[in-house]
Amino acid sequence: METILSIKNLDKRFGNIHAVNNLSFDIKKGNVYGILGPNGSGKSTTLGIILNVVNKTSGEFSWFDGKLSTHQALKKVGAIIERPNFYPYMTAIQNLELVCKIKEIPYNKIEEKLKTVNLFERKNSKFKTYSLGMKQRLAIASALLNDPEILILDEPTNGLDPQGIHEIRKIIKDIAAQGTTILLASHLLDEVEKVCSHVVVIREGIKLYSGSVDEMTASHGLFELKVATDSDKLMEILSIYDGISSLKNEEELIIATLNKQISASEINNYLFKNGIILSHLVKRKPSLEQQFLTLTNNKS
Amino acid sequence: MLRLLNIEIHKLKYNRASRILTLIYFLLLTSIALIAAIKFDIGPIQFHLAEQGIFNFPYIWHFNTFMAAIFKFFLLLVIVSMMANEYSNKTLKQNLIDGLSKKEFILSKFYTVIALALISTIFVFVVSLILGYSYSDFNEFAIVTTDLEYLFAFFIKLTAFFSFGLFMGILVKRSAFAVGGILIWFFGESMLKGYLFWQFKDATETTESVNSVMQFLPLESMSNLIKEPFTRLSAVKSVAKQVGEDLSKDFSVQPLDILIVLAWTALFIYLSYALLKKRDL
Repeated sequence: METILSIKNLDKRFGNIHAVNNLSFDIKKGNVYGILGPNGSGKSTTLGIILNVVNKTSGEFSWFDGKLSTHQALKKVGAIIERPNFYPYMTAIQNLELVCKIKEIPYNKIEEKLKTVNLFERKNSKFKTYSLGMKQRLAIASALLNDPEILILDEPTNGLDPQGIHEIRKIIKDIAAQGTTILLASHLLDEVEKVCSHVVVIREGIKLYSGSVDEMTASHGLFELKVATDSDKLMEILSIYDGISSLKNEEELIIATLNKQISASEINNYLFKNGIILSHLVKRKPSLEQQFLTLTNNKS
Repeated sequence: MLRLLNIEIHKLKYNRASRILTLIYFLLLTSIALIAAIKFDIGPIQFHLAEQGIFNFPYIWHFNTFMAAIFKFFLLLVIVSMMANEYSNKTLKQNLIDGLSKKEFILSKFYTVIALALISTIFVFVVSLILGYSYSDFNEFAIVTTDLEYLFAFFIKLTAFFSFGLFMGILVKRSAFAVGGILIWFFGESMLKGYLFWQFKDATETTESVNSVMQFLPLESMSNLIKEPFTRLSAVKSVAKQVGEDLSKDFSVQPLDILIVLAWTALFIYLSYALLKKRDL
């Protein structure tokens, strides 16, 4: 598969702060990547470096196998960083025409992209009259102007109201469905879980995990159990069962994490034989959020 | 090069403040022609400034470029704000993300500076030509084309001054502070000049010693390019002669001054680029 972006041992220091620490990963064509990490984990800095606005301290990155210089490569990239930045005194059309001039592409896609993000009716309004949601949608239109090889989005739903968030997510999903490679940085896990096929988890600039979302959430799952009385006895009996790696008492529920495949009927049968009758039994897979918290907490 | 210039013009032409300032600037340049209308008619004393020889070729090149250079501050505001606004709107960041390199970004600004200086020069040339042919006592081609180096000096002077503005815009990132910074720089040079006069007060040739140092400073070297034209007027000279003052000095454009100003221009543009390259946005 074609490599779009390759990052090797990337390092960035701001004085004492080590924002990005020896980070390496590859972006392959056609996948949807999520960069996950808490606020201040180095997501935006990493994107800033590959987008030519932040200088790296050491390490390397190359676009399209190094066939193009960074600024030439960026003409084939669509990117939105943090807040939408446009000339406040220009209209949507004028702003997009400027982007076309910079990217050296014709104007003919402007109207189509404004329609995609639902801004066509306001195309002749000045940028400064737009609401935050409209600004963000204009930024997406601008990023799509060149039909990019890869779309980079940094916290695209930050600061938007629920309706705005919904609109932006729908646009992102539509774009992903067309086969565009996407790199999405976010701290909103459900956002990443819903649209991404691959994730890179970073914390304090260090890569904790990189791989597919399925692999990250893949484990033998967990049981939620509940008894009407005597949950201590349940805990005791479960703790000697082979295949249960840990037990947690969360409010009313007991969570049993598995380290090998056990079916619900097996465990039910075992407990019944030991004289425990459950009032609640659910087997489930851990969510990305749980995996993420496990990952980020383990290393602290 | 045309692509970069085109990008910058796109940014400027939709900006109302820039449009108005540029318009005022060119109106002021045209207003030099209004000097021709200065006429006193008080009984027996009749005075018509245009008849005093200020619009004579080739003196008009010197006089008009000197006067026109005073108005350069209007364009300075346009240039400083076109640079500083890129920072305050964060559009500089967006331009780079969209695929403009830092070098191209600086070049697009520098090309605009050159274009504005060139248009000003051509404009002054045309206005002077019209005024000269209307009022000059000498219209022979050979005389008309003498002293055209003042126009060249005018072009160099504007380019350097605007490059200074560009650099301050990048350095300070805020239009108002950048213009303030240029003023502070100007006061700094003036104070240094005053200090040097005090320092060299016992030297035999005080003014010459001071100037030998001052000529290397940016604003001073720019103002040295076109010297004040007033004492060159024959009317003023004859008055001065009557009171026993000798005003003969060299009014021509000095190659050394041009060299110094060009060096500053190159330095300002290079420093702007170096600063932009070093910074994280």
